[in-house]
Amino acid sequence: MNDTYPKIYLYKRIVQAKLFIDSHFGEALDLNNIADEAYFSKFHFIRLFKTIYGKTPHQYLTSVRIEKAKLHLQQGTSVTETCFLVGFDSLSSFTGLFRRYLNVSPSVYQQQYHERQKLIKQQPLRFIPNCFVEQKD
Amino acid sequence: MIRKLSHVSIYVLNQDSAYDFYVNKLGFTVHTDAPMGPGMRWLTVCPPDQPELEITLMPIEEGIIFKGDAAAQMRELVKQGTFGFGVFECNDLNATYEELKAKGVVFKKPPTREFYGYEALFVDDSGNWFSLGQKK
Repeated sequence: MNDTYPKIYLYKRIVQAKLFIDSHFGEALDLNNIADEAYFSKFHFIRLFKTIYGKTPHQYLTSVRIEKAKLHLQQGTSVTETCFLVGFDSLSSFTGLFRRYLNVSPSVYQQQYHERQKLIKQQPLRFIPNCFVEQKD
Repeated sequence: MIRKLSHVSIYVLNQDSAYDFYVNKLGFTVHTDAPMGPGMRWLTVCPPDQPELEITLMPIEEGIIFKGDAAAQMRELVKQGTFGFGVFECNDLNATYEELKAKGVVFKKPPTREFYGYEALFVDDSGNWFSLGQKK
C-alpha cells in the first residue's frame, strides 16, 4: 500500500489547505498562515501546492474569488458588494483581475448573463441541440 | 467532417442531486440550466478546464427517450452501477482522491497502480462510475 500511495500525510495537508481556501476565500487570507497551519515552510508549501493544483496558492485563491464573484453577479449582487463579499479590498483590483480572467468587466458580465437567462426563458429550445428536440415528435 | 464532441449525456436518477454532486462536489461549472416546462429541465455542466464539452445531466423518466418500462429498467441498471461513463483527468490523483473523499464522494477503488496506469474509480450520486487518472 505504501508503494502505491506514498506520502499520504503530505497530500492530506495540502488538500486541507486547499479546502481552507475554498471555504475562507471571502476573508483577508494570509497565505503565510495557511502554510504554517499546514506545517510547511512557505516555499515548500507553494511548490507542493503548485505541483498538485497547477497554480500557486495565491493564483488559486484569486481564481476561487473570481468564480465566486461570477455566482454573486449571476444572482444580481452589485459589483461593489460582490467585490467585498469575495475578499477583495479594492474595487479597482477586483475589476482589473476579473477582466484579466474573463476578458469582460464584472458589470458587463452581469448584464450578459442576465440577457442570456432571459433568452433561455423566452426561447429554451434554442439552447438544446437539435437531436433532443426532434425526438419530441 | 466531424470536428468535435460538444455534448455527452449522463443518465441520472435526480437532477437536483446530480447538480449538487457535479457542481458542489466535483467542482464542475454549470453551462446551461434551462427550465423547459413542467418536469423538464435542460441541465448541462462542464469540467473546469473543458468549457467546450457540455455534460448533459439527463433525468431517467418515461417520455421522449425512455418508452414504456424502459425508464424503470434503466433506473435499476444505473442504481446497480452498470454504467461506466468515462475517464476524468486531474493533475494529481492522490490529492484529488483525498479532496473528493473529504467531500463525501464514494470510491469503488482508491488510487491504484495498474499495468495501464495510476487510477481510482468513483461513483456519482446515481450509481454511474468513472475512472479518474492523472495527467502523464
